[in-house]
Amino acid sequence: MTYDPQADALPVSRPAEPGRGAAAYRIFGETLRGMKTTFGRIVEGPTTVQYPEDKAPVYPRFRGRHRLHRFEDTGLEKCVGCSLCAAACPADCIRVVAAENTPELRISAGERYAAVYEINMSRCIFCGYCEVACPFDAITMGHDYELSDYDRSDLIFTKEMLLAEPVERAPLRAAGE
Amino acid sequence: MSAPLGTVSYWEPWWIQVIKGIVVFAIGLQLVPVVLLVERKLIGRFQNRYGPNRVGPYGLFQPVADIGKLLFKEQFRPRTSVALLFTLAPMISICTAVAAFAIIPFGNTQDIFGTKVGLYGIDVGIGPLYLFAFGSIAFYGLMLGGWASGSKYSFLGAMRAAAQLISYEVSQALALVGVVITAGSLSLTQIVNAQRGMWYVVPQLVGFLVFMAASFAETNRAPFDLAEADAELVGGYNTEYGGARFASFFFAEYLNVVVVSGIAATVFLGGWLLPFGIHPPGWVDPFVVLGKMALFVSLFIWIRATLPRLRYDQLMAFGWKVLLPLATLNALVTAIVVVAVH
Repeated sequence: MTYDPQADALPVSRPAEPGRGAAAYRIFGETLRGMKTTFGRIVEGPTTVQYPEDKAPVYPRFRGRHRLHRFEDTGLEKCVGCSLCAAACPADCIRVVAAENTPELRISAGERYAAVYEINMSRCIFCGYCEVACPFDAITMGHDYELSDYDRSDLIFTKEMLLAEPVERAPLRAAGE
Repeated sequence: MSAPLGTVSYWEPWWIQVIKGIVVFAIGLQLVPVVLLVERKLIGRFQNRYGPNRVGPYGLFQPVADIGKLLFKEQFRPRTSVALLFTLAPMISICTAVAAFAIIPFGNTQDIFGTKVGLYGIDVGIGPLYLFAFGSIAFYGLMLGGWASGSKYSFLGAMRAAAQLISYEVSQALALVGVVITAGSLSLTQIVNAQRGMWYVVPQLVGFLVFMAASFAETNRAPFDLAEADAELVGGYNTEYGGARFASFFFAEYLNVVVVSGIAATVFLGGWLLPFGIHPPGWVDPFVVLGKMALFVSLFIWIRATLPRLRYDQLMAFGWKVLLPLATLNALVTAIVVVAVH
């Protein structure tokens, strides 16, 4: 399809040329036109989302708070403590300390597991590189965007917090919404 | 035709005058927070949002919270300010605004417990002149406030306010001259009674438009809010004010809007009269007047939501080259017609 510059043209209404009667038109006619426009906004009604009560729905690929995952069948953690996410993180907000799995204490599916897995949410920039770097899809970006707290230290999310099902707070955008 | 100066045609005991003074002040005091809230709510609707709706049911207590916040703030003043005038200016503003509110008639003379009471603060024989007199004094509040602050922006705002108020006061007064000629009286109650046949908005349409445009400028409302011009002058004459003193300026400004709406409703929309020969009982009259005032206040808000601020030279050109000739012509034509008819 060829590009038609006319298709992008916006209708521009220019004020009347100076001269007889034009001043009166500019003063009263244009004022009335403006008042009509603003009154149209009242008829349209507010578009505000009443935030704490109604939450703005997010898209499926929205990058909110991270989540760590388990295998659904065995319940083992997917994370093997490889620290690739920490290496990929541009904000340097992920800390991983790995430990060996033993036959008695089997936590992840691989040889090692993450003994410590912390994300400092006050540093995270929600770029999603950790999700891309992860070879086992163990970490993904969730939908939760309500991450305020009263204390910086409360924003360091531990492995248990990241593994736990988040409180369902961020609604997902329905198809076509 | 009656005498040009209206006369009070009944006698009121002194205690009724006192009670009326208190009632008028109380009503003025109650109207301002309502106008504040309505303005913010309506402006919100005009911008596709709700406006304040968190404090109390539907945000009804928002003005209470605002005023409460302002009243409990510290009374500070800049080191460069002139203490006496700095303190005096907001008082001048608020006193004159309340004084001007006194002449708005809310109804005809009523029999209350066998005593004849006029439903207005005072029915002055000089009517609109009283309004303009207090309007002129109110302008000292702005001027002194801006000058006494000892700050650049305040002074600029005050200068602009001075030029603007002087320019538009003339047109505003001249626009009312037509009405006064038609009614043959300066007393506002007699002007209302003269509108029994037809509201003056019809024969005095030009005067009405000029009066409204000039009133927007006189009350420093958008699109004539050059004296405040938040974007350029960070608030103009009230830049250095805070707390209760700022609240006084703010209160006076909104009370002026109410007063001008009341005058416009009285002079052009027939005050407490209803069209189509409806004659409700006397106690309905104040509500009719309040309803008409609400109409004008909404218009003020609607215009504020619509029009951008004028440039300074545009303001002057509009005032002197458009409004003043129109107002003069209107007064002249009215005078000729009235003389020709009689």
